[in-house]
Amino acid sequence: MLHYVLSRLLRAAVSIVMVVTFVFVVLRMSGDPATVIMGADAPPEAIDAFRKAWGLDQPVWIQYFAFFEAVFSGELGRSMRDGRDVVAVVLERVPSTLSLTVPAFLINIAVGIPAGVHAALHRNSLIDRCVMVMAVTGFAVPSFILAMLLVLIFSVNLGWLPSAGQDSWLNAILPIATMGFGGAALLARFTRSAMLEVLGQSYIRTASAKGLPWPAVVWRHALQNAAIPTITIIGFMLGGLVAGAVVVESVFSWPGVGRLLVVSVANRDLAVVQAIVLMIAMTMVAANMVVDVLYGLVDPRMQGQARGARR
Amino acid sequence: MVDTTSSSATTGGSLMARFLSRFGSTNRMPILIVIAILWLVLMLAIALSADLISPYRFTQMDLRNRLSLPVFMGGSWAHVLGTDELGRDVLSRLITSIRMSLLIAFGATIIGAVIGVTLGFVAAHFRGLIEQAVLALVDFSAAIPFLVLALAVLAFFGNSLVLFVCLLGFHAWERYARIARGLAISGKMHGYAAAVHQLGASPWRLYGRHILPNIASTLIVSMTLAFPEIILLESGLSFLGLGIQPPDTSLGNMVGFGREYLSSAPWIMLAPAFVITVTALCVSLLGDWLRDRLDPTLS
Repeated sequence: MLHYVLSRLLRAAVSIVMVVTFVFVVLRMSGDPATVIMGADAPPEAIDAFRKAWGLDQPVWIQYFAFFEAVFSGELGRSMRDGRDVVAVVLERVPSTLSLTVPAFLINIAVGIPAGVHAALHRNSLIDRCVMVMAVTGFAVPSFILAMLLVLIFSVNLGWLPSAGQDSWLNAILPIATMGFGGAALLARFTRSAMLEVLGQSYIRTASAKGLPWPAVVWRHALQNAAIPTITIIGFMLGGLVAGAVVVESVFSWPGVGRLLVVSVANRDLAVVQAIVLMIAMTMVAANMVVDVLYGLVDPRMQGQARGARR
Repeated sequence: MVDTTSSSATTGGSLMARFLSRFGSTNRMPILIVIAILWLVLMLAIALSADLISPYRFTQMDLRNRLSLPVFMGGSWAHVLGTDELGRDVLSRLITSIRMSLLIAFGATIIGAVIGVTLGFVAAHFRGLIEQAVLALVDFSAAIPFLVLALAVLAFFGNSLVLFVCLLGFHAWERYARIARGLAISGKMHGYAAAVHQLGASPWRLYGRHILPNIASTLIVSMTLAFPEIILLESGLSFLGLGIQPPDTSLGNMVGFGREYLSSAPWIMLAPAFVITVTALCVSLLGDWLRDRLDPTLS
């Protein structure tokens, strides 16, 4: 088990090194980082100070290591718009984003998994068909269209809910519903197929043939085995949740990290973009590592063959 | 060989027939799949003949007829789907947008497949350190939401159509790479690959002429599954105002600009939203169906 966790940690570390390298390379390729980060009209002495601070007068490989040092000490430059430290600018938006993504994620799990399990247990029933239609719709209707349809129905036509802003908890309902639906549909689809695959296995037949009541078969044998692929999908869904937040926050003018990212890209406020990308990437790598370790806990087979675990 | 169109049409037809006969009879094709195929053929026809069939130029303004209603809401037949805030015909813009979005999706899907398959083959051929490097890249791009990476690149490099298509081309490359590597490694175990190798074929010939055709069906399925994702990605980025820039127009772009008029003129946004959704739905239905048909590991 220790070996398994260590190998996951190593992979996470490699991923983080690659993310930082990616940002470094993109930043260097796009021009002089000093003017890019500080803005072209920054005072020359500020640019000189920045060059010195980041060692831009040094050879590239020294700059590369200096960049790592800067990233890990949290010195990512200042926002072009108000000159504040970007880490502070981004961090103050995080609670807003979490107030959408955490409830949406809970909805994904609380709706998606039971729906998928139920659909698999009652294959070809009415509920199964409804779940499948919902699942396919959830994939084909992109979040920004779903968001605008919800606004059209609940804000424009019915006038029940506000369409934008962050004045009260009512504002959060439509964005959470948008993100909750898409993820729940995806999760229901995967849970259903994972369950169906498990239910077709011979150990399920054995368990029910030896006289175990069906609920116990489902609970003890089917669910636990179907959990393994489902956990992997939940790991992938986190990425979808982040991407969804970018779009949904923009539609509903919700002042979170995603909206900040879009506005900063449009204004080319590169220090902020860089900080957000690094932060999202590290969160994702950490989340994937947790999922991998969970996977190892749930699936005892994984512990023995940690090195051959690549799909 | 003089009449190139007819000869290519017949080879296309026979290829298609062989393709279909190889994967079972066509008369059991579900009605939903037939509808999906018809819709996609319609979209392709619209994309190919966009200049001929659009009633107006997509940038042509008619300032006296701004925000006029579509026919089904009581508007006039002069503008079947109504007009937008500048009096531009929504139907004409929709037709041009369909062409733009499909062009981007085709281009990006092909770029992604070429990059992914090439890297997958390189990993399978050289193994060792190079394979580990490719796999690390695969892990890296699977770890970060592509939308965020794309936004970062657009922020640093600015936007142009060519860059945008190439950027979307990197979507899903890691899936092709993973598939191509896995299948190439198992393909190399087979007798035919060893025989071709013993006969002195170059790696180019081995991979291009022998292994690639053998894994083509799996790759085609992956491409049909990635295609709607690229349509959705492109429309999402364009919706955010970071993809296709005016005066060019794409489906997501239309939805994005229609958002301003959601309460007064919802038809500007509903028409492209409908096309995006139905097209993505049809391609993914088709992809799922093809996968069930072609992928032997599923049955």
